Amino acid sequence: MRTALSAFHLHRPRSLTDALRVMREEPATVPLAGCTDVFVALNAGTPPGTHYLDLTPLGGLARIAEKDGVLSIGALATYTAIIKSRLVRQQLPMLVAAAREVGGAQIQNRGTLGGNVANASPAGDTLPVLAVAEAVVVLRSAADGERRVPFTSFYTGYRASVRHPDELIVALEFPPVEGKQWFRKVGTRAAQAISKVMMAGVRSSRPRLALGSVAATVVRLPRAEAALAGGASIDEAVRILSGEITPIDDIRSTAEYRLAVAGNLLRAYWRDTAVTVLKSD
Amino acid sequence: MRLTVNGTPVEVDAPPMKRLLDVLREDCSLTGTKEGCGEGECGACTVLVDGVAVASCLVPFAQAAGASITTIEGLGGNHPLQVAFMREVGAQCGICTPGMIMAALPLGPKPSLAKVKDALAGNLCRCTGYEAIYRAIRSAWGEQAPT
Ligand SMILES: Cc1cc2nc3c(=O)[nH]c(=O)nc-3n(C[C@H](O)[C@H](O)[C@H](O)COP(=O)(O)OP(=O)(O)OC[C@H]3O[C@@H](n4cnc5c(N)ncnc54)[C@H](O)[C@@H]3O)c2cc1C
Ligand code: FES
Ligand code: FES
Repeated sequence: MRTALSAFHLHRPRSLTDALRVMREEPATVPLAGCTDVFVALNAGTPPGTHYLDLTPLGGLARIAEKDGVLSIGALATYTAIIKSRLVRQQLPMLVAAAREVGGAQIQNRGTLGGNVANASPAGDTLPVLAVAEAVVVLRSAADGERRVPFTSFYTGYRASVRHPDELIVALEFPPVEGKQWFRKVGTRAAQAISKVMMAGVRSSRPRLALGSVAATVVRLPRAEAALAGGASIDEAVRILSGEITPIDDIRSTAEYRLAVAGNLLRAYWRDTAVTVLKSD
Repeated sequence: MRLTVNGTPVEVDAPPMKRLLDVLREDCSLTGTKEGCGEGECGACTVLVDGVAVASCLVPFAQAAGASITTIEGLGGNHPLQVAFMREVGAQCGICTPGMIMAALPLGPKPSLAKVKDALAGNLCRCTGYEAIYRAIRSAWGEQAPT
């Protein structure tokens, strides 16, 4: 049943300082960005709280900028803003590819990168990209000021992260990515479908790989990465990958299917990012 | 709270977390915007907020404060897209139609088929099979654009 929304409290902050104060004084406060996850929960009758904090008045948190080679994408940057950004297209084309696969236009126009990270679904489409880009999550609170956490150590388990209850994600930072970037999502259909499996990869002397929807959180694949870096064949790397992940059966897919798709994605990554198309693997 | 609906400034007194969809239908008596799924999947509730297509079932009223909202009523009835949907039979039961038209509106005249499919990827139709909808949008401003 849908939630009765009239009793809910919503704070609209005048500044980031004001927002962080509310986060500190009302620990159960639920921040709102594009609401494409929160309102699905509300409409389904499973409200995440009674006190909400609207982040959208904080326009500064939507900024996309580059400084000393580090690309900073504000937590409130929408998928549409990411797709349109010249900076992101140049430096992080795999994030643009992932953003294009999120929902339809209505979701891309409202959904934010910060929301995807904070929502912490193992099926979040941008998460494998953030993992291989070795992004940094920039957090802020009234108590501790700003702190930076490597994205690969941000999640601690299913829908759990190191973010403190009073912290907001303010931005994601990306050091320059060397090598060819790659992203592929496999779902029941292109738009609006939750991913069954998705993979992001970077092809360089230090190949990097991450898979989504195969574990409780997004995962990097250190063993398959090391094998490829050491010159292993792609067949060998796929075999190692199968021992490295243990996907589960759920309403969307079986473990066996996910394992097969993960192997196929690894092959596609290796093929698509090869320097010469003639070189066979 | 003040906002502009179809070009007219209005003052609406509604709870801040109320869905924009319900504010439009209940407080503004604009029932052209439909609810299909209530979870962002079907696009029936699509309206434009400052020219951008959004699913109004996922927008808290407070986030529309000060914004300019365009609903299907704002098109007046004889808009080229509305005429084309009638001519090409782009509507059967009609529940998806206002959302389809609002999602197509930001495309402007004579969009390519690829652009139309992209813009409508978040809109479901259980009746038409989409072909008539694509045809309507692509021919709304005269001859269809090449694919
Ligand atoms: C129809 C539909 C299709 C979708 N398709 C996809 C898809 O293909 N791929 C995909 O990955 N997702 C998809 N989603 C899910 C959703 O759109 C994304 O997760 C989106 O990025 C969420 O961002 P938001 O700004 O809307 O988050 P919100 O709903 O506003 O917030 C989500 C969560 O993050 C918290 N939060 C938001 N911002 C911050 C912040 N700055 N600091 C701390 N906490 C914060 C909120 O409190 C909440 O818990 C889909 C959703 C719908 C309705
Ligand atoms: S009713 Fe809003 S998307 Fe279906
Ligand atoms: S005309 Fe019936 S759903 Fe589209």
